[in-house]
Amino acid sequence: MSTLNELTLAGALKGLASKDFSARELTQAHLDAIADADQLNAYLLTTTETALAMADASDARRAMGDVGALEGIPLGIKDLFCTNGTRTTAGSKILGDFTPHYESTVSANLWRDGAVMLGKLNMDEFAMGSSNENSAFGPVVNPWRANGETQQLVPGGSSGGSASAVAAQLCLGATATDTGGSIRQPASFTGTVGVKPTYGRCSRWGIVAFASSLDQAGPITRTVEDAAILLRSMSGHDPKDSTSLKADVPDFAAACTRSLKGMRIGVPKEYRVDGMPGEIEKLWADGMDWLRAEGCEIVDVSLPHTKYALPAYYIIAPAEASSNLARYDGMRYGVRVDGADLTETYEKTRGQGFGEEVRRRIMIGTYVLSAGFYDAYYIRAQKVRARIAEDFKKAFETCDALLTPTAPSAAFKIGARYNDPVQMYLNDIFTVTANLAGLPGISIPATLDNAGLPLGLQVIGKALDEETCFAVGGALERAAGFNAKPNKWW
Amino acid sequence: MFTAERIADKSDWITTDTGDWEIIIGLEIHAQVASKAKLFSGAATGYGAEPNTQVSLVDAAMPGMLPVLNEYCVEQAVRTGMGMKAQINAFSRFDRKNYFYPDLPQGYQISQLYHPIVGEGEMLVELGDGESITVGIERLHLEQDAGKSIHDLDPNATYVDLNRCGVALMEIVSKPDMRSAREAAAYVRKLRALVRYLGTCDGDMEKGNLRADVNVSVRRPGGDLGTRCEIKNLNSMRFIQQAIEYEARRQIEILENGGEIDQETRLYNTDTGETRTMRSKEDAHDYRYFPDPDLLPVKLSEDWLAAIKASLPELPDDKKIRFVSEYGLSEYDASVLVSDREKAAYYEDVADGNDKKLAANWLLNEVFGKLNKENVEISDSPVSAAANRAIVGMISNGVISGKIAKQVFEICWTEGGDPEAIVEERGLKQVTDTGAIEAMIDEIIAANPDQAAKVKDKPKTLGWFVGQVMQASKGKANPQAVNEILRKKLL
Repeated sequence: MSTLNELTLAGALKGLASKDFSARELTQAHLDAIADADQLNAYLLTTTETALAMADASDARRAMGDVGALEGIPLGIKDLFCTNGTRTTAGSKILGDFTPHYESTVSANLWRDGAVMLGKLNMDEFAMGSSNENSAFGPVVNPWRANGETQQLVPGGSSGGSASAVAAQLCLGATATDTGGSIRQPASFTGTVGVKPTYGRCSRWGIVAFASSLDQAGPITRTVEDAAILLRSMSGHDPKDSTSLKADVPDFAAACTRSLKGMRIGVPKEYRVDGMPGEIEKLWADGMDWLRAEGCEIVDVSLPHTKYALPAYYIIAPAEASSNLARYDGMRYGVRVDGADLTETYEKTRGQGFGEEVRRRIMIGTYVLSAGFYDAYYIRAQKVRARIAEDFKKAFETCDALLTPTAPSAAFKIGARYNDPVQMYLNDIFTVTANLAGLPGISIPATLDNAGLPLGLQVIGKALDEETCFAVGGALERAAGFNAKPNKWW
Repeated sequence: MFTAERIADKSDWITTDTGDWEIIIGLEIHAQVASKAKLFSGAATGYGAEPNTQVSLVDAAMPGMLPVLNEYCVEQAVRTGMGMKAQINAFSRFDRKNYFYPDLPQGYQISQLYHPIVGEGEMLVELGDGESITVGIERLHLEQDAGKSIHDLDPNATYVDLNRCGVALMEIVSKPDMRSAREAAAYVRKLRALVRYLGTCDGDMEKGNLRADVNVSVRRPGGDLGTRCEIKNLNSMRFIQQAIEYEARRQIEILENGGEIDQETRLYNTDTGETRTMRSKEDAHDYRYFPDPDLLPVKLSEDWLAAIKASLPELPDDKKIRFVSEYGLSEYDASVLVSDREKAAYYEDVADGNDKKLAANWLLNEVFGKLNKENVEISDSPVSAAANRAIVGMISNGVISGKIAKQVFEICWTEGGDPEAIVEERGLKQVTDTGAIEAMIDEIIAANPDQAAKVKDKPKTLGWFVGQVMQASKGKANPQAVNEILRKKLL
């Protein structure tokens, strides 16, 4: 079997440029790998014919000298992105065989730049979850296993399919979305790089909405440079999304090797939470040392409202979701379960179409927005959100970026936390703040814990300063020298 | 709450065995913004299109679709607010009003609850008898219309037409400042005139682009306010008035029988003329309003607002003042002429270069009467403003009499043509040659010696001779000259 799928995205671009292989060969290698990885359940749909046709078209363009930034690069697409003519499920049963007649702006940008679609990636239903156990199509399995163990681990969520596919070399990179950590936490769990850019950097048009004020698309890849290349193509102002930012898209890849000399890196004391594993503490300290060695000054900063972030997030996100998901009513598309009258049709359709976690969040969101509770919950949560944004603003007066762990643990066993939603929500503790403040964050795989499972470090930057995230991330990647791969057991 | 604590005119009181009642009325008008595209999508808004042919992906609430605010609609809301002399809010925001219904694909209506684009204002409302009232405006906000559920196509199914879904509406909320059905109707008429002047809404109630929800309560004159009921979705001036009348009497009857009014939403049945419960307060939806995270707040700059203000046309109240002070028209005539932008423009066209009062009288007495009688809109009048201008000019120059003018107008109406040419060709010019008139008079006196002899004793019979002369001259003799000569000869 070909090993072209083991390349990095940047490496594949070079190989294609020097005609070492064709886009078709590269794509076929990935399709073969996907066919061999059913046990991971990472892909909900493999678009074999489309992939090969796109690869051939790419080869033809290259032959004509028409070469895009992602020319011939096979990618996986999280099934939250609407893809023209290709079934889009959002990980839910309620959409049935819904097949959009439109393409999300982000995926359209990728095809514009010459990329090839391998298929649609599994995810927590409507991007709600931190373990990918909430997919209506079964959990995604993490390609990593603890040393000597055969028990299946979660890949994190909600972009678990994206993370798992990238880690298992089932694509050169994947699109993902991050509402409270759904890119960075699975990246940390799977030894991959995940970037949540500044809110508004990528258009939300054509991405099934979870929580509109928090949702943001980003890439998951195997290297920092790959993430930089992919994000550049995904980004850009879109008049179809009113919250999309009118900002130039810089050459993120160029920032990956930028010198860090004289840079100040903040370490927020509030992120030292009780019960954090010693290995994560140590990794965090190692990260500081690596950055000092690059000429950075490590400074203590305070983000005093951090402890309110998770509660605020679990009010705002469900509130928006309860409204965003009202459109799945069985009337125009997707599944309908008929009842005796209209109300019963709604109840049956939504009761049977949505999974447990989605129903739970719709109920929470409906509750916090209802008359008499709105001020106490939603308005207060918005105030907390404003304070959190101020915390960051203040912190960034004394530093250029923040260094934190990405998640409070390594990947856990499938089923281990499924029945304890609060424990599950705690996975987002280091990541939600960046969503609430709209800031860019990147997770870099930095080490393996004692059980042999990857752990990530997170760099949070100022708004629209992804470049500093890439610069610090690149330095951490080089210093950590992380090159472990999961042993192929599937 | 009120703009002015006002007790209804006694003639508007409802008097029963137990005494007098007055009606307190507030209106919520839904005025469709005259925009080719919807509030948050590029879909068309044309009236009468085939069902579901003007529906974008956004309107149908397809997954991942996002609203983008149509700035033209924002401008129209601001213009309307300025026309109502209302507070324009430089900061406004859209909220989601959440409820489930098949004609509401998103599961929420995008509206403005917390921060409307227009705040408080005032409107002077003429009641048509020279009286006027001031009606306070609470707010004006922008919102999306819903689609249309069609229940009568199939006994077992409801069909949905989404053409209207997402169309921009201005909801204009008045204070409870009206005290009778006639005042409410006058307010709607004034508001309709205003939006038509501004071009911000077509104001066509038949097409549903102006609809009213009416809040009605009753109280003893000047007493404590009663509990109100809201009657939804009235789409004609007549229904508004009938629904108010019915609802007020219904409430009075309940109160007089010792009952209490339930605060509820009611529907008006246009066939029976009655209102019935649509939903009670207990069944009221919890709309779970919250700011729409897909949309940015609307921030209006001072420069932009100043430019809009400068572009406003002359509004009816200002126009009326000008007609009175510059043209010397009566308040009443002026208010009738300005009640409609097209009427006012038509008048100014006719009055151009003519005697202003004569032009006003001609239009009010002759032209508008004919249009009313024939049920023709002024824009479709077969006699153009230019033709009327010529007719009025001929009257004031003494070329034709008022009576002949009516004849000329009738000819223009039925056959068309240039009035001056008609007068010329058909020899309708007034005879002012006194010699010719005298000759006619002599002839008539000679033929009626007995009648002529009586005139001295009964001067009123002179009129009979005037009639005879006018008949003989086919109406062309100058009536003044005829009178003078007759008087000289017979009195």
